[in-house]
Amino acid sequence: MKEKILSLVPGAEFQENKQYLTFLIPSDKMHELALKLKNEPEFNFDYLYCLSGVDYPKYLEIVYHLESTGHRHELVLKVRTAGRENANADTVCDIWKTAEFHEREIYDLLGIKFNHHPDMRRIFLDEDWKGYPLRKDYVDEVNIVEL
Amino acid sequence: MGIKNMKETDFRDNETLELFRKSGGNILLTSVDALIDWGRSNSIWPLTFATACCGIEMMATGASRHDFSRFGIEVYRASPRQADVIVVAGTIVNKMAPVLKRLYDQMSEPKYVIAMGACAVSGGPFYYNSYHVVRGVDHVIPVDVYVPGCPPRPEALLYGVMQLQRKIKLETIANPRKSANT
Repeated sequence: MKEKILSLVPGAEFQENKQYLTFLIPSDKMHELALKLKNEPEFNFDYLYCLSGVDYPKYLEIVYHLESTGHRHELVLKVRTAGRENANADTVCDIWKTAEFHEREIYDLLGIKFNHHPDMRRIFLDEDWKGYPLRKDYVDEVNIVEL
Repeated sequence: MGIKNMKETDFRDNETLELFRKSGGNILLTSVDALIDWGRSNSIWPLTFATACCGIEMMATGASRHDFSRFGIEVYRASPRQADVIVVAGTIVNKMAPVLKRLYDQMSEPKYVIAMGACAVSGGPFYYNSYHVVRGVDHVIPVDVYVPGCPPRPEALLYGVMQLQRKIKLETIANPRKSANT
C-alpha cells in the first residue's frame, strides 16, 4: 500500500517508525487523495475513526486516522497548514460525513478553517468566544489560573 | 481508617452540628420539628443529575451493593420539581453553570445541595490552566455538604448524605432553611 499511495501523490512523504502506516500529504492534494482512498476498491477506506488537530510552533497539523472495515487495514494521513495565522485546509466532510463535527471541533479549539465546509461555526464554545483555547499561545487572564 | 470501621462516636463528632444542637426552644415546636425533620431527612429524593465520572460512582451508590435507599435517599427523580437534593456529581463548565442554576431554581423547597467530588468542591484537577471550568459549584448555588474525593467512594457519598440528614434533623419550622438557634 505504501508504494501505491506514494505513486498516487507525488509530494507525499512517508514517515518511518510509526505505529500506523503514516504519510505527510501536501495540503492541496488531500481532498483528491481522500476521494480515491474512499472509492477505489483496493483501498476502500470507509471509516474515518479519528480526526484531530495538533499545534506546532510554526504550523498546525491535521491528522486523519482511516480504517477500512472490509479489508481491516488502517492508515494515518497528516496535513500541515501554511502557517498559524489564517490556517486553512480543505474539508473532507463530503467524503466522510463524520468529519463535519470533527472539523468544527478543530476550528473551535485550534482555529483551522476548513474550506467548503457547510457549517463552519464553533461547536462547544460560545459563538462570541475570542481566540482558540487549545493553542499553546492562548492567554485568558480572567479564567485561567496559572500554576 | 476506612468509613466501614468508623465508630458511632466518631460519626457523631461534628463540631458545627453540635453547636446547633445546644438550643432551648418551644416544647410544642420542637416536637413538631422532630416529626417533620424525621420525615424529611428520611425521604430525600435526589435529582438525576451527573456531569462526569462522579456520576458513575453516584449510580454505584444507588445500585444494589451500596444501595443508599437504605437511608431513605430513595428514588432518583428525573424532574427537579420532585427532587429534594441535587448531588452535583462532576465538573461544571461555564456553559453548564446556567443550566445548573436553573435546575436548582426549579427545585421546590426545602432543597439541599451536595457537592460531590473535587470538581464540584473546588474545580479539582481543572483548577489550574483551564479556561472553561467553574472553580467550585458554590459559585453558582449554595452547598450544604461537601464530599471530597476524585471521585469519592460510595461510602464517602453515603457519609455525606448521612451528614446532610443530621443537618436536616436540626431544622426548625419556625425558621425554615436555618438550623435551630443559629
